[in-house]
Amino acid sequence: MKTNEVKDLQVLSANIRLDILKMLSSLGYGHLGGSMSIVEVLSVLYGKYMRYDASHPTWDKRDMLVLSKGHAGPALYATLANRGFFDKEMLYTLNAGGTKLPSHPDRTKTPGVDMTTGSLGQGTSSAAGIATGFKLKGTDQKVYLIVGDGELNEGQCWEAFQYIAHNKLNNCLVFIDNNKRQLDGYVSDICNPFDIEAKMKAFGFHTVTVDGANEKAIIDAIELSFDVKDQAICIVLDTIKGQGVPFFEKLEANHSVKFNTDEIKQATSEAITSLEAFIAKEGA
Amino acid sequence: MFRLDVNRDDTQEMRMSVVHALQDLMKENDKVVALEADLGGASGWTNIQKTNPDRFINVGIAEANMVGVAAGLSATGFVPFIHTFGPFATRRVFDQVYLSGAYAYNTINIYGSDPGFTAGPNGGTHTTWEDVALMRTIPNAVVCDAADDVQMDWIIKEFAKLEGIHYVRGNRKGVKNLYAKDSTFTLGKANILREGDDVLLLSAGQLVSEALQAANELASEGIDVEVMDMFTIKPLDVDAILKHSQGKKHIVVFENHSITGGLGSAVAEVVAEKAMAIPLTRVGVHELFGQVGSQDFLQKEFGLTKEDIKQKIKELTIV
Ligand SMILES: Cc1ncc(C[n+]2csc(CCOP(=O)(O)OP(=O)(O)O)c2C)c(N)n1
Ligand SMILES: [Mg+2]
Repeated sequence: MKTNEVKDLQVLSANIRLDILKMLSSLGYGHLGGSMSIVEVLSVLYGKYMRYDASHPTWDKRDMLVLSKGHAGPALYATLANRGFFDKEMLYTLNAGGTKLPSHPDRTKTPGVDMTTGSLGQGTSSAAGIATGFKLKGTDQKVYLIVGDGELNEGQCWEAFQYIAHNKLNNCLVFIDNNKRQLDGYVSDICNPFDIEAKMKAFGFHTVTVDGANEKAIIDAIELSFDVKDQAICIVLDTIKGQGVPFFEKLEANHSVKFNTDEIKQATSEAITSLEAFIAKEGA
Repeated sequence: MFRLDVNRDDTQEMRMSVVHALQDLMKENDKVVALEADLGGASGWTNIQKTNPDRFINVGIAEANMVGVAAGLSATGFVPFIHTFGPFATRRVFDQVYLSGAYAYNTINIYGSDPGFTAGPNGGTHTTWEDVALMRTIPNAVVCDAADDVQMDWIIKEFAKLEGIHYVRGNRKGVKNLYAKDSTFTLGKANILREGDDVLLLSAGQLVSEALQAANELASEGIDVEVMDMFTIKPLDVDAILKHSQGKKHIVVFENHSITGGLGSAVAEVVAEKAMAIPLTRVGVHELFGQVGSQDFLQKEFGLTKEDIKQKIKELTIV
């Protein structure tokens, strides 16, 4: 690994996080918690592993990413903007009538969005199909799938996992964002997933759990997965909903946040200031 | 009997109307169970969890499972009410509703929220303009579109008295007031809200208020529009259509739904089969998917405002 690589990715993560905060707070509301918990994995994927051409988003040799927990679209948009797919100005059109950035990703609208998602569960099967397509074409392209831990409630996820494991689709990296919470509260209270990693292992996956806030740990897990030749791969990301900003991590109802109280506005501007300081210091 | 009262000030959000209706029902009937799919915060049904913890089930984000569990509850004598967003309550779980529900003669009461343009910022994936079309094809299903909070309350309580599949769509948020608080309705019977000689304007759901306002405004321009709230889209009040279209120059249907398969189609079936020889115009959504935006933006974008329906009627009635 190049010496500055992890640092560069941390700066990218900070930039993504910063843009999520700015775009959602300027809009006044949005799916904050689940956007924040996938910042690091998006940073590592788009900053290091994925093959793409930002000036030619539909390049047919590219790797693809399916954000099955589509409500975290703002995190994907912030990542794509930071990687040059479109201008950061566009981030401020989120959810506006006629926008190219709808709340949930739409592959017909946004440069760099590979699959339309938003109805939870469905992205898992689409990713399975993309992986199959790559195999049928005989290319070494990969598809990266990000699934929510609440989303795992959907039976369709498990149909897709069966398929991915059975077909040994090691070109489909399954990331589970285990941020412990869904919309109405804690996953363990609503529909207990029990041991997610054990479950995926029982489904036939090669599994590993890593700290989802740590770029280096995510990189190590991905590197190890490249040695897995004959098995599907699942990386469980141990994350915190609202990750990266202590105030939002602690906020009880952080699935969808309204930026309408002084307390929330204050916390947001403090987080923005500290992220900007980090970027100024480390990014130079 | 219903009365109009557009100016009452005790309005509540549609979702709270559902919540309160279910809480009322649970006071009298311990068989009533409310099932959610991780949208309790969005629907306000977490309030039911607080007041009636043993009659509230959050199945998690698993809509198909929720419908199946509801069917099983019905098979053991319970009266399940389920909620999720309209598209997930219908098209995502259609086979479960159809087979475990209707075909197996179980009872499932379904509230599908935020139909059509009212999905607002949730965008295209959360928009349903085909729920009525789908649900209408299920044998003996009842399909309603609630015009306001008062009617929503009545519909929920009426559903609890009946066996079978019952679907009501409605915004979660506040809508314009239409009916007086003490209003009652009859399932399958249309409400005439305004009489008129030139045009019969049928609508359902929150667009009824727009239709009525449009008609009142058109009156001052010399166009006399009769307004019908067809809140029960199925079973359709065929007699009311036959009776009230007599002598009219046009029938217009105004719906927050695809013109394929919704109220407009249902009315067209009657008009065609009865050879009524009155021109019919469906004003709704044609061959389009939903998109993201504010409710106001989307209502304009899809041509579903009071101004749009006024304009359409004016065009139709120019001699
Ligand atoms: C089929 C479907 N049902 C319900 C929803 C509404 N919804 C959006 S996000 C969400 C909770 C998701 O929880 P999780 O997967 O854990 O996501 P995260 O914690 O990462 O935000 C729900 C219920 C949806 N988008 N799709
Ligand atoms: Mg979660």
